[in-house]
Amino acid sequence: MSEIKYIPKSKLAQWFDKRLPLLTLSHHLMEYPTPKNLNYWWTFGGILTFCLITQIVTGLVLAMHYVAHVDHAFESIEHIMRDVNYGWLIRYVHANGASMFFLAVYIHIFRSLFYGSYKEPREVIWIIGLLIYILMMATAFMGYVLPWGQMSFWGATVITNLFSAIPFIGESITTWLWGGYSVDNPTLNRFYSLHYLLPFLIFGLVVLHIWALHIPGNNNPVGIDVKKNSNETMPFHPYMVMKDLFALLLFITLFLWFVFFAPNALGHPDNYIEANPLVTPAHIVPEWYLLPFYAILRAIPSKLGGVIFMFAAIFILMLLPWLDTSKVRSAIFRPIYKKLFWLLVFVVILLGYLGAKPPEGIYLILSRLATAYYFIHFLLILPLLGRYEKTDPLPRSISDPVLDKPGMINKFKKVAVTYEGENASSFK
Amino acid sequence: MSKEIKPKRRDFLFTATYTIGGVGIASAIWPLIHQMNPDSSVKALSTTEVDVSSIERGKTITVLWRGKPIFIKRRTEKEIEEAEKVDLEDLKDPEKDSDRAKNPEWLVMVGVCTHLGCVPLGNKGEYKGWFCPCHGSHYDTSGRIRKGPAPKNLEIPKYEFVDSNTIKIG
Repeated sequence: MSEIKYIPKSKLAQWFDKRLPLLTLSHHLMEYPTPKNLNYWWTFGGILTFCLITQIVTGLVLAMHYVAHVDHAFESIEHIMRDVNYGWLIRYVHANGASMFFLAVYIHIFRSLFYGSYKEPREVIWIIGLLIYILMMATAFMGYVLPWGQMSFWGATVITNLFSAIPFIGESITTWLWGGYSVDNPTLNRFYSLHYLLPFLIFGLVVLHIWALHIPGNNNPVGIDVKKNSNETMPFHPYMVMKDLFALLLFITLFLWFVFFAPNALGHPDNYIEANPLVTPAHIVPEWYLLPFYAILRAIPSKLGGVIFMFAAIFILMLLPWLDTSKVRSAIFRPIYKKLFWLLVFVVILLGYLGAKPPEGIYLILSRLATAYYFIHFLLILPLLGRYEKTDPLPRSISDPVLDKPGMINKFKKVAVTYEGENASSFK
Repeated sequence: MSKEIKPKRRDFLFTATYTIGGVGIASAIWPLIHQMNPDSSVKALSTTEVDVSSIERGKTITVLWRGKPIFIKRRTEKEIEEAEKVDLEDLKDPEKDSDRAKNPEWLVMVGVCTHLGCVPLGNKGEYKGWFCPCHGSHYDTSGRIRKGPAPKNLEIPKYEFVDSNTIKIG
């Protein structure tokens, strides 16, 4: 993105770079101009990259010990936990890593919703991001099946049965997915194969996601366009790299707290019972990160309807750049949207809570209300709000909101004077 | 229509090439898709014989057929009566009890909820038949859906009485 063409210093590097411009690429990545007002909500891109790499590395190692067969899968997991050197650690990192990955991705998505990062000209970044999210859900679901516990088996049964709701061809699709007449060994084998494949597809999409990001550059908390290569931006390295690393360390602290002190807190105890096709556990729940969608599925009193609404809840997000008609990106300048954003966060968390509860009585009523609101937010409120909301005036530059704070100018002046004397020239 | 574009020899060749190429690619992909369908060894396990002589009235046994649980229930007089007197108008998926049980005393069904495939629990629910704990579907004493998200009655597999004590499923 830097305007000046990069030429490597040594002759050898020039020779190489002319044939494969890896050095130009790395120079671009290091010098990539980032808005200077990015806050810590912008560090989750780096955190997510870390999560993906952690999952791939630990998964690769687990695959050396795991056996994808209905007679041995459950046993081989226990073998990893008890016999394999550090197997317990690697598996707990992998299992909790999935949860951490989703925690980070939800923060990343809600960051985007708050600051309007999905809006023009960043629609393609947003859509690729959603594709990554969908692949993440598929990967996590298939990974959860591999230990072949009760939740693995019945989760797989319920989710694959979703496709049987499709009129006419539904039954043949589920039979095809299973490779039999129920979830069984062929199903486990193919899930293992796909669970290994999908993370690499995610990795490919992450490259596209970052590529698409580097065309317009980052959005920022103020949400106005930044003049590139001006005093409004800073090179990615070392400034953002250091900030990202600091945030990553805090994130890893939380991650390892789960791994070492509560490794099973986010899992379900029933998954330590081997799969039994004759007995359904009294209460089937998916992993926590899928609960909001599960609540939507159960809120609709029809099989096909529930499935349609559940998938619609995800795919509606693809249309968000066009459903949100407001030209103002950041919620900071949208007084009504800002409140509705937090209401949406509350509704999604509520749906997650309801997804873990039995579908009856007050829980069912609440999940219907929350589902209705979820769709109203995207389909009705956002298109209308863009038209009628009176937004606050936007600053002319990303520096203004900082400098406009009372006393800020004097504070800067004081610092400049301390370092450069009475007639500080660096301060304008 | 005044100016008709006459297809050239080259256009014909392009179309023919795309068509043959398309058919070739599709026929190469098909084995890769079809390999996921049930294989011969899975299809081979298609019948099971069950000895039902030891089942008492009101009791159910569950056997595995094609990886799915099959409920075999020896119903009580009261349960048969309840199943038969239901008005077909009240049913979501109308079916007479006599069409579901060849011999009213014996009910043979696939024990898989028609909603999303969980195994319903026996002698539970508002209709004293089966209740699916996953998403709350209630079935009556004939295994018909009465309340909840499931769209259909519990499926009746193909079965026959080999003799008075043995049922052959499949």
